[in-house]
Amino acid sequence: MSAMFVLIIASLLIALGFLGAFLWAVKSGQYDDKYTPSVRILLDDEPEEKEPAASSKKPQSNYHTS
Amino acid sequence: MVYEILQENRLCRYYSLNAQPGSSPKEAVQSARFAYLDDAAVQASLLRFHNGTIAKATFYIPSMHCSSCIWLLENLYKLNPGIADSKVDFLRKELAVTFREKQTSIREIVERLAAIGYEPAINLDTLETREETASHRALYLRIGVAGFSFGNIMLLSFPEYLSIGDDLLASFRSFFGILNILLALPVLLYSASEYLLSAWRGLRHRTVNIDVPLSLGILTLFGRSLYEILSGSGAGYMDSFAGLVFLLLIGKLFQKKTYDTLSFERDYKSFFPIAVTRKDGDSEQSIPLARLQVGDRILVRNQELIPADAVLIDGTGRIDYSFVTGEAEPVDKQVGDLIYAGGRQAGGAIELEVIKAVSQSYLTQLWNHEAFTQNRESRINTFANAVSKYFTFGIIAIALLAALYWLPQDRTLALNAFTAVLIIACPCALALSTPFTLGNILRILGRNQFYLKNTIVIETLAKISEIVFDKTGTLTHGGGGQLDFKGNALTSEEVQLIKSLLRHSRHPLSLRIYRHLPGAAAVDLQDFRETAGMGIEGRSAGRQIRIGSRAFVDPGAGRREPGASEVYVAIDGELRGHFRLRSQYRRGLAKVFAALSRRYRLYLLSGDNAAERENLTAFFDPDALRFEQSPHDKLAFIRSLQADGRKVLMIGDGLNDAGALRQSDVGISIAEDLNNFFPACDAILQAGQLDRLERFLHFARRGMTIIRINFIISLLYNLIGLSFAVQGTLSPLICAVLMPLSSISVILFSTGAAGLMAYRLGLNRTRRQSWEKTVLSVDDASEATVNPAIASGDLLWKGGRL
Repeated sequence: MSAMFVLIIASLLIALGFLGAFLWAVKSGQYDDKYTPSVRILLDDEPEEKEPAASSKKPQSNYHTS
Repeated sequence: MVYEILQENRLCRYYSLNAQPGSSPKEAVQSARFAYLDDAAVQASLLRFHNGTIAKATFYIPSMHCSSCIWLLENLYKLNPGIADSKVDFLRKELAVTFREKQTSIREIVERLAAIGYEPAINLDTLETREETASHRALYLRIGVAGFSFGNIMLLSFPEYLSIGDDLLASFRSFFGILNILLALPVLLYSASEYLLSAWRGLRHRTVNIDVPLSLGILTLFGRSLYEILSGSGAGYMDSFAGLVFLLLIGKLFQKKTYDTLSFERDYKSFFPIAVTRKDGDSEQSIPLARLQVGDRILVRNQELIPADAVLIDGTGRIDYSFVTGEAEPVDKQVGDLIYAGGRQAGGAIELEVIKAVSQSYLTQLWNHEAFTQNRESRINTFANAVSKYFTFGIIAIALLAALYWLPQDRTLALNAFTAVLIIACPCALALSTPFTLGNILRILGRNQFYLKNTIVIETLAKISEIVFDKTGTLTHGGGGQLDFKGNALTSEEVQLIKSLLRHSRHPLSLRIYRHLPGAAAVDLQDFRETAGMGIEGRSAGRQIRIGSRAFVDPGAGRREPGASEVYVAIDGELRGHFRLRSQYRRGLAKVFAALSRRYRLYLLSGDNAAERENLTAFFDPDALRFEQSPHDKLAFIRSLQADGRKVLMIGDGLNDAGALRQSDVGISIAEDLNNFFPACDAILQAGQLDRLERFLHFARRGMTIIRINFIISLLYNLIGLSFAVQGTLSPLICAVLMPLSSISVILFSTGAAGLMAYRLGLNRTRRQSWEKTVLSVDDASEATVNPAIASGDLLWKGGRL
């Protein structure tokens, strides 16, 4: 039956780990802005182009994140 | 130009991200404009952090409006190598920049931002830093801790609920008990600390707020559980304790609906610049506004704001006071005229001599009034606080009676009964019903474009008996209006001619008449010429046409007309008549006045003369109409109503209403466009929704009814619980069932009833207007079209494509 003690302590420690992760997330500001990250994730990093896009002011590529 | 900067730095993807990115920047940036950013004092107040190598600053960027903006602004490091990192908070429209102080400066960054069309709004208000994210984070932390403990304590209490294997349980009981205490401690000391502190503060001020009975319940619950576990006499109620705190905090979060982009605290500082251009002889110098002194000569360019009362020295003043009065019509000023602070120059640059300090000007000294210095929140007594006084004393009385009854027979039973009463009667249902009902109402009203500062406003709205309206800009349209033409009738061909000519003018009056004239502006014009501040002329198919002020169109007339809202037209040298724009009342006003006057006394305060009196007597009592009211008069009038013990709702729009809005019990700002300025207030109402005001007020009153019903429901639960408690037979199981049950039924009733009321009042069908229609367009970069369509509580992305 002493296994129960170990198991309960272990489960509590894991739960504490999650609590710690949550506290860290809040403190590092992840809950301050709940909107912008949802957009940011859709923006790709710039692929390194050799030539910048040609002179047309509005390139035709229909890139929409919709 | 913007494209060149972007191309240079290989940021062309900007244009491909969004079919209609950005508005082109309004005008070339004058480099001297940001010179004040080199001032050490200004820099110190703008920087959030700096250590000599790295500095951080946060800018508010009003023109941020789409996904491309986020992308571009977060790639700023490519435009300026000194920038280490830039991060956007889209809802707040804020950009946090981290930069290397050795390589770049705030001024360079701001100039770069302005050059690509994202000029940060730096005004006096920006300098006063606010710390609100901290309280938000703390609430999340408290909820996290309480939720964690609640879950684990429930788990450890499970054997107790089911009472399985009694002999098995015995060996674990003390172990579980100790764990429960350890888990409950942070809930008491951290998560619930706000309630305990608030109750303590209340008691020290000899008032009983809702937190007093709550804290009593929380402390008794914890204390008794502690005693039971340590003495081995029972399992305690730690699960109910943690659950209660957890639910209370959830309610608090639900209530804390805020509109990130809306600021309810704006005063004149929010739109006054932090720097002005001072003229010393021939040299121009940009100085911080704080250093502006009486006697200084300042230069105010097109679209800049006049920061202090001043006399016009040079140039033609065309002052737009729409911030102040809500009147969109610019006022003409001549050399020697006094110009009050708060106006915006439209036209060429003017030179002024300051005659009053910024804070002592006609308008700004309103903020020195005591209405702005006293704390408003302290005057408000919420329903929950009013009830809890009686509630607390009632509960303590019952608990004492129960204890006294059992004392002669059984001392432990007496103690049990005493604590059980305090536990079960803990007004958690009452404490939950307010945030959930009001939080829900807040959201529903927000969807209907009526944005409230917080939930307390709803309670105050329900108590209103007087409603005071401002006229200009509130009851009348700010922009639109009705166009009349007086004189010889024009043929449709001539109208086309006029319209074609007006198309070339940038004068605000021309633009408005242009919009009102029917047909298309298809005529080609030659010899087109505009004389600034006077008028415009042109020729087409042999016909000469002149439009403008009387003196311009008809030089023989000589004297200028005062007011100058008339636009004269002459064709082939013959004066044909004049256009006149009349302010137009918003639609549906008659209906809403009729509905409101059944329940409320209505008043009207106008800064204008009594010209409109006749149109308004139908809705107001003659003595409830007051004209030619200064901002101070308005404030004093609200005060006099309140002195008679009335609750006043003030509806206004301009800065001249700011005092009255602040003094009133509820101040509502009318806004045509949420990006525009509106003064400090308790609520913001989209102008097109004014005709539904009566329904909103009705809804607020219904909300209070729901809370009262909830209170009765929770009392019924309490009676059941109390019947167990006074007999001393309240088991943890009953407690664990009854407390969440009452809380959940209150929450369900709150949200359900509020939704049903909204449905019956027609508030669930959202009717959106005006700024929804504005779609981003690349060709037209005017202010209105850069509008990000942030409406209701949810962010809708109309123009951008996401």
